[in-house]
Amino acid sequence: MAKAPARKPAAPKKSASTPAPTTNREKPRDPAPYEASPEELETFYREMLLIRRFEEKAGQLYGLGLIGGFCHLYIGQEAVAVGLQSALDGDKDSVITGYRDHGHMLAYGIDPKVIMAELTGRQAGISKGKGGSMHMFSVEHKFYGGHGIVGAQVSLGTGLAFAHKYRGDGGVAMAYFGDGAANQGQVYESFNMAELWKLPIIFVIENNQYAMGTSVNRSSAEDQLYRRGESFRIPGMQVDGMDVLAVRGAAEAALEWVRAGKGPILLELKTYRYRGHSMSDPAKYRSREEVQAVRDKSDAIEHLKKLMQDAGIGEDKFKEIDKEIRGVVSEAADFAESAPEPDLPELYTDVLVEQY
Amino acid sequence: MAIELKMPALSPTMEEGTLAKWLVKEGDTVKSGDILAEIETDKATMEFEAIDEGTIASILVPEGTDNVKVGTVIATIAGEGEEAAPAPAPAPAKNVAPAEAGAAPEAAPTPAAPASASAPVKAPAPAERASDPAIPAGTAMQRLTVREALRDAMAEEMRKDDRIFVMGEEVAEYQGAYKVTQGLLDEFGDKRVVDTPITEYGFAGLGTGAAMGGLRPIIEFMTFNFAMQAIDHIINSAAKTNYMSGGQMRCPIVFRGPNGAASRVAAQHSQNYAPWYASVPGLIVISPYDAADAKGLLKAAIRSEDPVVFLENELLYGRSFDVPEVEDFVLPIGKARIMREGTDVTIVSYSIGVGLALEAADALAGEGIEAEVIDLRTLRPLDTATVLASLKKTNRLVIVEEGWPTCSIASELAMVAMEQGFDDLDAPVTRVCNEDVPLPYAANLEKAALVDTPRVIAAVKAVTNRG
Repeated sequence: MAKAPARKPAAPKKSASTPAPTTNREKPRDPAPYEASPEELETFYREMLLIRRFEEKAGQLYGLGLIGGFCHLYIGQEAVAVGLQSALDGDKDSVITGYRDHGHMLAYGIDPKVIMAELTGRQAGISKGKGGSMHMFSVEHKFYGGHGIVGAQVSLGTGLAFAHKYRGDGGVAMAYFGDGAANQGQVYESFNMAELWKLPIIFVIENNQYAMGTSVNRSSAEDQLYRRGESFRIPGMQVDGMDVLAVRGAAEAALEWVRAGKGPILLELKTYRYRGHSMSDPAKYRSREEVQAVRDKSDAIEHLKKLMQDAGIGEDKFKEIDKEIRGVVSEAADFAESAPEPDLPELYTDVLVEQY
Repeated sequence: MAIELKMPALSPTMEEGTLAKWLVKEGDTVKSGDILAEIETDKATMEFEAIDEGTIASILVPEGTDNVKVGTVIATIAGEGEEAAPAPAPAPAKNVAPAEAGAAPEAAPTPAAPASASAPVKAPAPAERASDPAIPAGTAMQRLTVREALRDAMAEEMRKDDRIFVMGEEVAEYQGAYKVTQGLLDEFGDKRVVDTPITEYGFAGLGTGAAMGGLRPIIEFMTFNFAMQAIDHIINSAAKTNYMSGGQMRCPIVFRGPNGAASRVAAQHSQNYAPWYASVPGLIVISPYDAADAKGLLKAAIRSEDPVVFLENELLYGRSFDVPEVEDFVLPIGKARIMREGTDVTIVSYSIGVGLALEAADALAGEGIEAEVIDLRTLRPLDTATVLASLKKTNRLVIVEEGWPTCSIASELAMVAMEQGFDDLDAPVTRVCNEDVPLPYAANLEKAALVDTPRVIAAVKAVTNRG
């Protein structure tokens, strides 16, 4: 790319000494699994179960034709959003993600009714029915979407971090993206600026192993994605994304690093989506056995339930939570089905903020 | 034989410069690579070096001389064994600023907009467009280049609102690749005037995210040609988010930089993106011609709650115009300006095409054709009311656009005239655009590809049956 003519550069100064090796750069501490109180364990469980049941219901409504277009479910990945976002400060930190965004909104405690109503394209939806599954936002919760172009949220999230630093408000931005987005060029443009300017951002790769139908191994020269920041001097951590306590523990270590002004950090959460990429994906690129094996051995909710059982929580409690969550989800679905569609004049609103 | 040293062209658009300083004197021996002089262009101070060996025989243009035309002989070098005799004096450099086509910055009031065309659901009637602020008679004017006017607009707004920052390649320490941000780093510091790596997609996205996060970014593209790497964020992220979020998430950002053909930089660096951006709902697109509009509209763009694409023109940066010396000179977005009143034909243009239209109008006046010239200034939303009112008066419409004809602002206006001004037309709507080819490098081919005044004159004569 040609640029405007530059001044003749000054002759380079010859330097006698070579720069010192930088192999001993400071690293973030090794994360430890989070030690949750019984109340926190229950909160995590409720949130994860809400995401799972909500997504199952969304899948059902899609099958009934009540939800259209693209609908990307978060089933299997619940521990990631719940573990990470539980560590954030909701008053000052910001979150941004891609199109698989229902779980992140639910993890922030946003009313399931307005999320489900957005999926069904109703006026009461959080985006007035104009965004749909992929485009949901809550400025109130500092949740910045909901973006449909793979990787775009990484640059946008870097901008949120820039704003935190510019204002000096102490906030941290968290930008989620997938293993597929990890191969987009703008991710690395963002890494470069984020480290150059020591921006307060946690880059989160939700590695669910498949970029639509292409496995990480078939798409990534460096498949250990937590190392993708190394050439920008961004430290990385690989985390078991099926263990909510490991996720929360990693979030704590990452926040320590970023809040101390040491610049960005990269987390790779190894996780798995049980469903297809979107509702229209038959997922023929992997075997039924592979999916079943993850469900049987690594399911995040079952894992947490086991921990709670070990801590002495009885079956009655689980039944009670399950019933309550089903009630919440079914109420959300009823609301989303019965709420009216947007008024036709809404077609023309919100294109611009001002009148010209 | 003495070697003549000529005033060099140090940028593609340089026509003249200041010989700031001689670093050699007559009688000095020089060899290839020695720095002979410092030359100031409108963008930067450049070093001028020797490419021949010999002795400086004569210095013909003293240091401190302004407006030295490119090609003027400024010194001579005598080769080895030659006598360093003074060379004949060259033609004197002209000290004349380029003449501006008549720029009378007076806005004419426009009738209210007619109701818009029918749609499946009735779209809201367009807002009544505000008129330019009344400039009291006798208001002092300052002569500013478009470049200075843009800089002043940014500086004034930055003084008022500390959420505003400027970001882009070479905007800070280099003082702007085209010097538009000159001086901003000194006044506002590197927190608010931010040099980026060469990473258009990345910093356009970063800026858009910062706007969503509550700041007011001004993103400079070195030229809009490079913004194609970033167009995803301009359109998918900045323009659409307010709508997709049901009005929750605003994106007050300005993307600005030079647009359109510069001079002899070939196809990849010479394109007018106005029709691209103007086709996108959710964006404001502004493309001013003169310095007053550049200043007043950039200030308005920075204040807008909506994302704005602000298209400048490199060839206009160095041109000077009158700018009212009033406190806080802000112009309304979405309002065209009648640059010259006329009765026989309406010539509509924007950006550099306005200069051609005004030149053509002056020439046509000598032949008894009175052209009304409209500068659209804002391309989205388009001030169709002003164009249609003029068409009603003149019954003839010629659109001048430095850009390709296909899917252009010109073709859009032709459709507007068909839909809303059909009964007022006494002749087919005509457009004068660039040739429908990538812009060539060769001087003669480039000239043949670009719109010019004779073509505007010919088009007007054709529609007024004077051809």
